[in-house]
Amino acid sequence: MSIDELLEVRRAPAARHLLSINDLNREGILEIMRLSDAFAEVSERPIPKVPALRGRTVATVFMEPSTRTRLSFETAAKRLSADTMTFTAATSATVKGESLRDTVETIDAMGIDAMVIRHHASGAPLRVTDWIGASVINAGDGTHEHPTQALLDCYTILETLRSRRGGDEPHDLSGLRIAIVGDIKHSRVARSDVLAFAALGAEVVLVAPPTLMPASLEGWPVQAAGDFDAVLGELDVVYLLRIQAERLGEVLLPSLDEYHWRYGLTRARAAALKKDALIMHPGPMIRGVEISPDVADLPASLVTRQVRNGVLVRMAVLFHLLGSGEI
Amino acid sequence: MPGPNTKEKAGEIVVRGGTVVDETGERRADVLVRDGRIVAVEASIDVPSNATVLEAGGCFVSPGLVDMHAHLREPGGEIAETVESGSRAGALGGYTALVAMPNTEPAIDSAAVARDVLALGEEALAEIAVAGSITIGRKGERLSPMGELAALGVRLFTDDGNGVQNGGLMRRALEYAFGLGVVLAEHCEDTQLAAGGHMHEGAWSSRLGIAGQSVLAEEVMLARDLALVRLTGAPMHFLHLSTAGSVEMVRAAKAEGLPVTAEVTPHHLALSDASVQGYDPLFKVKPPLRSPSDVAALRAGLASGVVDAIATDHAPHAPERKEEPFDEAPSGMLGLETALAVAYGALCLEPGESAAKDAEKGWVPPSAGAGVSVRELLGWFSWRPARIAGLDEELNTAAGSRGGQGGPVRPGAKAHLSVFDPSATWVVDASRQASRSRNTAYAGRCLTGKVRHTVLAGEVVVRDGEAQR
Repeated sequence: MSIDELLEVRRAPAARHLLSINDLNREGILEIMRLSDAFAEVSERPIPKVPALRGRTVATVFMEPSTRTRLSFETAAKRLSADTMTFTAATSATVKGESLRDTVETIDAMGIDAMVIRHHASGAPLRVTDWIGASVINAGDGTHEHPTQALLDCYTILETLRSRRGGDEPHDLSGLRIAIVGDIKHSRVARSDVLAFAALGAEVVLVAPPTLMPASLEGWPVQAAGDFDAVLGELDVVYLLRIQAERLGEVLLPSLDEYHWRYGLTRARAAALKKDALIMHPGPMIRGVEISPDVADLPASLVTRQVRNGVLVRMAVLFHLLGSGEI
Repeated sequence: MPGPNTKEKAGEIVVRGGTVVDETGERRADVLVRDGRIVAVEASIDVPSNATVLEAGGCFVSPGLVDMHAHLREPGGEIAETVESGSRAGALGGYTALVAMPNTEPAIDSAAVARDVLALGEEALAEIAVAGSITIGRKGERLSPMGELAALGVRLFTDDGNGVQNGGLMRRALEYAFGLGVVLAEHCEDTQLAAGGHMHEGAWSSRLGIAGQSVLAEEVMLARDLALVRLTGAPMHFLHLSTAGSVEMVRAAKAEGLPVTAEVTPHHLALSDASVQGYDPLFKVKPPLRSPSDVAALRAGLASGVVDAIATDHAPHAPERKEEPFDEAPSGMLGLETALAVAYGALCLEPGESAAKDAEKGWVPPSAGAGVSVRELLGWFSWRPARIAGLDEELNTAAGSRGGQGGPVRPGAKAHLSVFDPSATWVVDASRQASRSRNTAYAGRCLTGKVRHTVLAGEVVVRDGEAQR
């Protein structure tokens, strides 16, 4: 299907914002997958750019440092011919003395169509929707959600399975068993991935020491496991999360070495996986903690594929929320 | 002789047509007030010429409400509230006495600051008492001059906002306070167990990705303090209890005969942690809004007499402070103007048609058939807190008379009265709060029950829901 055909059948956007994977139902996620396919085709053209969002302005507002996610969004916006502007703050607005509301209202007043916001506090993008007229896209809020990461993770798994099987199937993740391993409690990636993987039919198992599990998993469509080795042999995808050194200071872990010994994807554990199991990580990856250096470079590792797909999926999200249906 | 806070007003008032409710019972009666005092409580009183008539048909006429937990923010936080604006909010909520909490800047940890706040109270629309801090600057390091403060009439001491983390220091504080006849009040929160949590730890905190605070942050400090009360024999009051476990511990302590009292807030009686799902910091309070089962336990604790009083923890914050993300916004919500109606809805009414929908949003509906009487409710708002705060007895000081709060409504008593209309419905308008701040959690909410009139020492300070000055 060409992008032109796709756009003709594309339904009107249901929501103005993307704050949580819950803002997209299963159909919404699948539509992002289809749009991403179309933009994958665009990205292979000699000039990988379409005029879909010409005249639109996308502001990236990053209140927490994250060069990669910001560049990914800005690249996506530019490939759609949108204008971009960037606001970054190493320190919070509070420290500078300006409230978050004043900051975002100021940027909104410059005339923008979408605000891509990364914030160190959970829920900040939702609050922002009360204050500005532009569409708000959550690029990671505190320990809450990071929906575009989850979308690119879904896309990467689907794309990999299709290329292996040499066809258009599968369209979803049903039948797959996916383990998310690491600091679930503090991970916005995990919260979005759980919702997205489950919406597409996967079975999700969370693997972490008790100190890094959420206090309650009530209502989460997951199983929980404390022993990584016990579940290794049944996994189709191993999704590793970054372990941050500050968790040691919070006495949540004895040491990074001990974490690696119990939960790291070592060569021995990689060997115990199914032959065709996939290995994923949202980055930045700390080799020697959550993953052994040599395992990170195995063909099963999709880490660089995830980064490439991040641009496609963010193009799809921007187009889904802002596109008028015409190129 | 005129008092510093409650200058008895000359003139006559008749509160006509209401049901008089106080600790002694409930009866249909008119109330005649003359020169600041109640002079007659009778089935029918002829209105003297020139008397002010306050219509109270269908209303409950009770002793004025007493809030033993109000943050009036003066000195230091005048952008959010002043003694005057806070007292106006209190008067509109039916209060005739407020205990100003000491977490001001500077803290109320010296006679000089206490005198300043009491002086501000002289022109207020409610009697203003102050609580002193237990430690200098509420830092938990050195004791405040409790004796000097007690001599000014300070009866409650607390580091509210902070729990006293050092158990050894709390023991000495209790021993020292016991000798002065004053009461220490604890904000139970173990800093280490609280672990920087911004909301109740549970299913909602896990889903929302907000750091949770375990119920143990409160319960462990409460357990320690109960052991210290057992050791020292000193009386102690527990502020804003929020968990089922706390209610059970206080029940056991009272059964054992320990001299302890406890309060809960209207918001902990009405709202659960599901209120936080929109990340609106209006619902960020200390202690955090808990689970529906904790809410049920607090309600049951009142009904069974384990919990003694309802106190607002009225905590004004300037609007911009509540426009930060949840993690960064300060804790606290307004309470004075809505307290009685919110508690009435949670404790006395039957669940309404929207109960199930409300529950999803965190508004815990009342239990069917569990409603308590308005007289019980008013006890938790008036005579019980008056006694704990030491505002019940009338004291004649060099500056005049104070106290006489909490009734009963009988001839000779000081005329501190509140008139509550249980059938009035009203929509809370954040922009029309008498408080300098707007951080009410009930904006747009339709409440049942409204304070109609408030009489402070014979002065009509609120009439038909409007402040008179």
